[in-house]
Amino acid sequence: MISLAGRDILHSWAKFVFTGVGLGLLIGVTLTMAGVYRGMVDDAKVLLENSGADLWVVQKDTLGPYAEPSSLRDDIYRNLLGLPGVAAAANVTYLTMQVRRGDSDVRAMVVGITPGQPGEPGYLVAGRQLTRGHYEAVADVKTGFALGEVVRIRRHDYSVVGLTRRMVSSGGDPMLFIPLKDAQEAQFLKDNEAIRNDRARTAANPALNRPGVPGLLDAIQASQSSNHNVNTVLVRAAAGYAPETVAQEIRRWKHLQAYTRAQMEEILVAKLIATSARQIAMFLVILAIVSAAIVAFIIYTMTLGKIREIAVLKLIGTKSRTIAGMILQQALGLGLIGFAVGKVAATFWAPAFPKYVLLTPEDALRGFVAVMLICALASTLAIRAALRVDPATAIGG
Amino acid sequence: MNGTKLSANQSNRDAETPPLEKGGSGDFPTPADSGTPANPPRPPFEKGGSTSTEDAGILIEGLRKRYGAGDTAVDALKDVNMRVAPGEVVGLVGPSGSGKSTLLKCLGAVIEPSAGRMTLGGETIYDNAWKTRDLRALRRDRIGFVFQAPYLIPFLDVTDNVALLPMLSGRPNGEARRRAVELLEALDVAHRAKAQPSQLSGGEQQRVSIARALANQPPVILADEPTAPLDSERALGVMRILNQMASQYRTAIIVVTHDEKIIPTFKRIYHIRDGRTYEEAGEGRAL
Repeated sequence: MISLAGRDILHSWAKFVFTGVGLGLLIGVTLTMAGVYRGMVDDAKVLLENSGADLWVVQKDTLGPYAEPSSLRDDIYRNLLGLPGVAAAANVTYLTMQVRRGDSDVRAMVVGITPGQPGEPGYLVAGRQLTRGHYEAVADVKTGFALGEVVRIRRHDYSVVGLTRRMVSSGGDPMLFIPLKDAQEAQFLKDNEAIRNDRARTAANPALNRPGVPGLLDAIQASQSSNHNVNTVLVRAAAGYAPETVAQEIRRWKHLQAYTRAQMEEILVAKLIATSARQIAMFLVILAIVSAAIVAFIIYTMTLGKIREIAVLKLIGTKSRTIAGMILQQALGLGLIGFAVGKVAATFWAPAFPKYVLLTPEDALRGFVAVMLICALASTLAIRAALRVDPATAIGG
Repeated sequence: MNGTKLSANQSNRDAETPPLEKGGSGDFPTPADSGTPANPPRPPFEKGGSTSTEDAGILIEGLRKRYGAGDTAVDALKDVNMRVAPGEVVGLVGPSGSGKSTLLKCLGAVIEPSAGRMTLGGETIYDNAWKTRDLRALRRDRIGFVFQAPYLIPFLDVTDNVALLPMLSGRPNGEARRRAVELLEALDVAHRAKAQPSQLSGGEQQRVSIARALANQPPVILADEPTAPLDSERALGVMRILNQMASQYRTAIIVVTHDEKIIPTFKRIYHIRDGRTYEEAGEGRAL
């Protein structure tokens, strides 16, 4: 038996191809949306992996440093180093801000780190790690900064000495690593006018500028213009110590919150990305419905255009399942063309997206199955219409 | 003239036509073979002649069809009686609303009559109820259709349009296509075998649709105004072909027509008026 669907597709291949391309672009968007979600999850995992830490120590009762604000004094890391099982501990600050680059600015997450300690980029694609205590930066390539370029954070200029990749915040902002002291200063550094204003206010406050207490005002003003807080302390567990065991010790004795990598991943994926994931899921559902509606409409109109031929086919004894099979195969053929176009399109345009888009073979397979199911479902309307065609309509009168 | 009432029995048509159930050798007689068929062509049924159903390609007795019920019921067919011998081509003419289409649909097993009896190729298919549940197979294997417009499947080439029917009957593709080519040769359109229907002229399309109707070697062909869209020359050409094919394949053919050009070519004509058939002798003008 010849393939009626195949012959019909070959006969009107231009219509099928153009429709398939249109559908394919929609499927490409769907695959890309799934890729955006996968990219966010992967970014989170890579961020944790590249930090080189086993534990994230943050302010008690917070989900910091990524999901909630967390503030710790910067001398806590010394206490942690004294605990058994702690091989290394380092302060880290995070601050999302606009980084000036000539006349333009780039949104980035500025990360204050201690060179050679947990928190610094896991690997570089160009240049070197930070070695000096001030005014050097290592940038993620997504910032668009080049080696040797000078960028401005607040009132200070920083030379880009190294480039890394896949170091982005949960919001997708690329990271810019600078020395910890600079980062702490950047968080609180004010312009000169504001500093003078604050000093005048403090001096005018009789509670802070008591007569007969020399040095009090200077001490208060010095404390107001400096910052000794960090957002987290990254801890690397010593060999032979389970991170969870070390985390329990920190929680018990230091009254701090300590998260293992698995727990931090859970916070990032299940809490921080959850809203975005739901957003994307909604888009996927809508795109699936739109795709189904398009396929249903196209197949339905194509079937209505063949009502007379279908009536003749039924009159001359074609089985209903042969006619239904023809329509189903056409819908699946359309889906196949659409999926191929969509996969190719998504592969080509994914690198152009500002956020990392991860297209996985598993998602492609799921997408393929979903497209085929949607097409099969969408064809039912046309099949129903075809099966209702009365063979008597082929006979005049 | 009232139509002649006939009794129905099994005819010897079963000997040369495959039964409704798939089976048999699957061989098709070629046009060359058909010149000397196993059962030699019978002379067309003569008015007032034998009414034995053994000779009947089509036999209709007391056929009625009522649409609706109660006060709104309409009797589209009140008393239809027809007999067409194998190898005979008869005309069915009548004004609009006379019941031609209803009769054709009943004969084509697409609507169910209300009462009466129909025998096609010696097999009673309806006797106040359908005698088979598989009407689709009945239409596929026992009835050929030729329409006013050829209604060829536009996405199949000429050969496959003709071969489709044997393929639907379960014949292998190669055998079905060989059969198609034989018919196309017989109808003088073999040179367009690979063409798409849209590339054919109206006359060529109609010849292909006749080939399709003959593809499963049915005992009966129902032709619904097959010459309506054609000019005189082509219309007579189609009638010549139908007569040739009827003679060669021992097929009983009913041609529903309004076409004044072809009415004189029938030897017998059934008029249908107000749901009743009336038989008269035609001119039988040579084609």
